[in-house]
Amino acid sequence: MTLTAAEQAGATAARPIGAVEGRSPWQLAWARLRRDPAAIASAVTILLIAAAAIAAPAVAHAVGHGPNDQYPSIGLTIAGLPVGPSRRFLLGTDNLGRDLLVRIAYGARISLLVGVVATLLATVAGVVVGLVAGYFGGVVDVVLARFMDMVLSFPYLLLAIALVSVFGPSLTITILVIAFFSWAAIGRVVRGQTLSIREQEYVEASWSVGSGALRVMFVEILPNLLAPVLVLATLLVPTAIVFEATLSFLGLGVVPPTPTWGGMLSDSLNFYQVAWWFPLFPGLALLATTLAFNLLGDSVRDALDPTAGRAAATGDR
Amino acid sequence: MLRFFARRLLLGLLVLWITSGAVFVLFFVAPHDPARLLAGKLATPQTVALVNHRLGLDRPLPDQYASFMGRLLHGDLGYSYYNSAPVRSLLASRLPVTASLALGAAVVWLVVGVGVGVAAARRPRSLVDRGGTLLVLTGLSMPTFLVGLLLIYFLFFRLHLAGFGLFPASGYVPLTQDPGGWAQHLLLPWVTLATVTAATYSRLTRSSLLEVLGEDYIRTARAKGLPEGRVVYRHGLRSALTPVVTQLGVDLGTLLGGVIVTEQVFGLPGLGQLAWQSVTTQDLPVIMGIVLVASAFIVLANLLVDLGYALLDPRVRPS
Repeated sequence: MTLTAAEQAGATAARPIGAVEGRSPWQLAWARLRRDPAAIASAVTILLIAAAAIAAPAVAHAVGHGPNDQYPSIGLTIAGLPVGPSRRFLLGTDNLGRDLLVRIAYGARISLLVGVVATLLATVAGVVVGLVAGYFGGVVDVVLARFMDMVLSFPYLLLAIALVSVFGPSLTITILVIAFFSWAAIGRVVRGQTLSIREQEYVEASWSVGSGALRVMFVEILPNLLAPVLVLATLLVPTAIVFEATLSFLGLGVVPPTPTWGGMLSDSLNFYQVAWWFPLFPGLALLATTLAFNLLGDSVRDALDPTAGRAAATGDR
Repeated sequence: MLRFFARRLLLGLLVLWITSGAVFVLFFVAPHDPARLLAGKLATPQTVALVNHRLGLDRPLPDQYASFMGRLLHGDLGYSYYNSAPVRSLLASRLPVTASLALGAAVVWLVVGVGVGVAAARRPRSLVDRGGTLLVLTGLSMPTFLVGLLLIYFLFFRLHLAGFGLFPASGYVPLTQDPGGWAQHLLLPWVTLATVTAATYSRLTRSSLLEVLGEDYIRTARAKGLPEGRVVYRHGLRSALTPVVTQLGVDLGTLLGGVIVTEQVFGLPGLGQLAWQSVTTQDLPVIMGIVLVASAFIVLANLLVDLGYALLDPRVRPS
C-alpha cells in the first residue's frame, strides 16, 4: 500500500496539530519564566553569587589572602586606615587590613546559608502546620490559626534581639530566630488554601477509597499548594538575608571574625568617610543578591499565575 | 457586630498576656544578672545581694510574676532598673518621637508606593511599570541600616563637605518647639523608612488596581465618555485601595512599637532606641513595657482594620 500525494500532504499538515501537546501548568510556567528577561538576569546573578560562595577558598588561594588574615603593613596605610583597591587587594582592605574580596566571597556563604536554610525550615514548618490546621479544622484549626496570628503580631525584631541577647549570638540561633518569625506567614496561606481544597471532589474520592489523613494531606492536597508556597519561599530568602544582615549590624548575628556582609557593613560605619570601598562592595554584594531573589520571586509569581498580582512582603525596619 | 468586636478584643488581650508571659519567662530562664550589671564589676557580693533585694529579684519567680501582673492591672508598668524612672513616664517621653517618625514616613511611602503602583497598573509591562517596580524593589532589597547610611553619606556628609548643612545626621526636635527643625531632623529618617516600605504598597496597589480596572463598571465609566484620569482615580483607585488601607494599619501598628534600626542609625530618642538600650542593659521592666506597648499597638491596628472592613463591606460583617 502506498501513500497518495494527498495522503502525504494530509500527514504533514496534521503534524502541527499533533505537535500541540498537552502541557502541564508547570511546563507553561517554565516556558513563561524562560522568556522573562528579569527572571533570567536574576537567576544568573544568584548562580554567580552561589559560585562565589562555593569557590571562596579558591578565591582566597588565588589572591593568596585568607578571609581572616590581617596585613597590618601592606593592608593598612601608615595612619592605620584601610587601603583602596589595588593590584594586591582588588577590592581594597577593611579596618584590620583584611582582603575585602576574599571576605565578600566568604560572606556569600553565610548569607546564602542563612537565607536558604531559614527559608527551608520556615517553609516546612509553615506547610505542615498550615496543612494540619486546614485539614482537621475544628479545635485544632482554632488553636493553630490563633497561634499563627500571634506569631505574626509579635514585635519580631524586638523579640529577636531579646532572644539573641539571652542565648548569645551564633549562626544557629540566627537561623532559628529568622525561621521562627517567618513560618507563620506561609502557614496562614497554606491553611487558607487547604480549607478550600479539602472540599473538592477528588479529596472526597480519595477518602472514599480509604486513604488516610496523611495520604490526603501530602499526596492529594499538597501538590496543589506548591505554586503559592514556591513564590512565598522565593520571596522569603531575601527577607531572611536582610534580617541576618540587620542582626549582624546590631552585633547580634554571626560572631566575628566570621566574614558576613552585615558585619562588614557594620565595621565600615566609622570608615565610610575615608574608605568608600569598605561599605560599597559588601553593600553591592548584598543588594545584588536580595534584589535578584525579589525579582525572581515576582517573575515566578507572574509565570505561575499571569493574572495574579504581586503580594506584600514585609522586611524589617 | 458588638459580639464580633468583643471577641476580637478578648483575643487581642489574650495575645498581649501570652506575649508578656513569654518575655517574662525568656528573661528568667536565661542566665542573666541585672543586679551585677547595675552594681558594677567591682561590687562586693553584699552589694549585689542588696541590689537584688531592692529590685525584688531575690523572691521566688511565681511571686515576682504575680506582683508584676498585679501592678500591670493597675496600669503600673514598674520601675526601670537602669534609668531610675517609672517605665510609664519613660515610654510616654519616647512615644512622640516614634509616632512622628512612623506617621511622617507613612505619608512618604504612601505617596511613592501608591504613585508607582498606579502608574504601573495604568500601563502594565511598560517601561514605567518595569522601571518603577525595579526602583521600589531595590529599596525593599536593602537592609534599613544600609539605606540610612547611604542617605547620611550623600545627603549629610557630601552636602556638608560641599557647604550645605541642609539635613542633620541625627537628633530630634519636638514638633511643639520648632516645627521646621522637627521636619528637618526627621526628613532623612522618613525617607529611609519609606524606601524599605514603598515596594509593599506599590505591589499591592498595582495588583489591586489592575484587578479593579478589569471590572465591568470601569468599562461602563469609560463608555460614558469619562476622562481616563477620572475613571482611574475616582472610580478605580477608590475601591482598589482597600488592601492598601489594611496594610497601612498593620504597618503603623508594628512601627509605633518602636523603629529600632532607623532610630539607632539616626540617633532618634524613640521607643526603638529605648528598647535597644534596655536589651543591652537587661532592663527587664522597660523591655516588658515596650513589648506590651508594641503588641498593644499591633492588636489595636488589627482591630481597627477588622472594624474598618466590617463598616466598609457588609459581607464581612458576621451575623
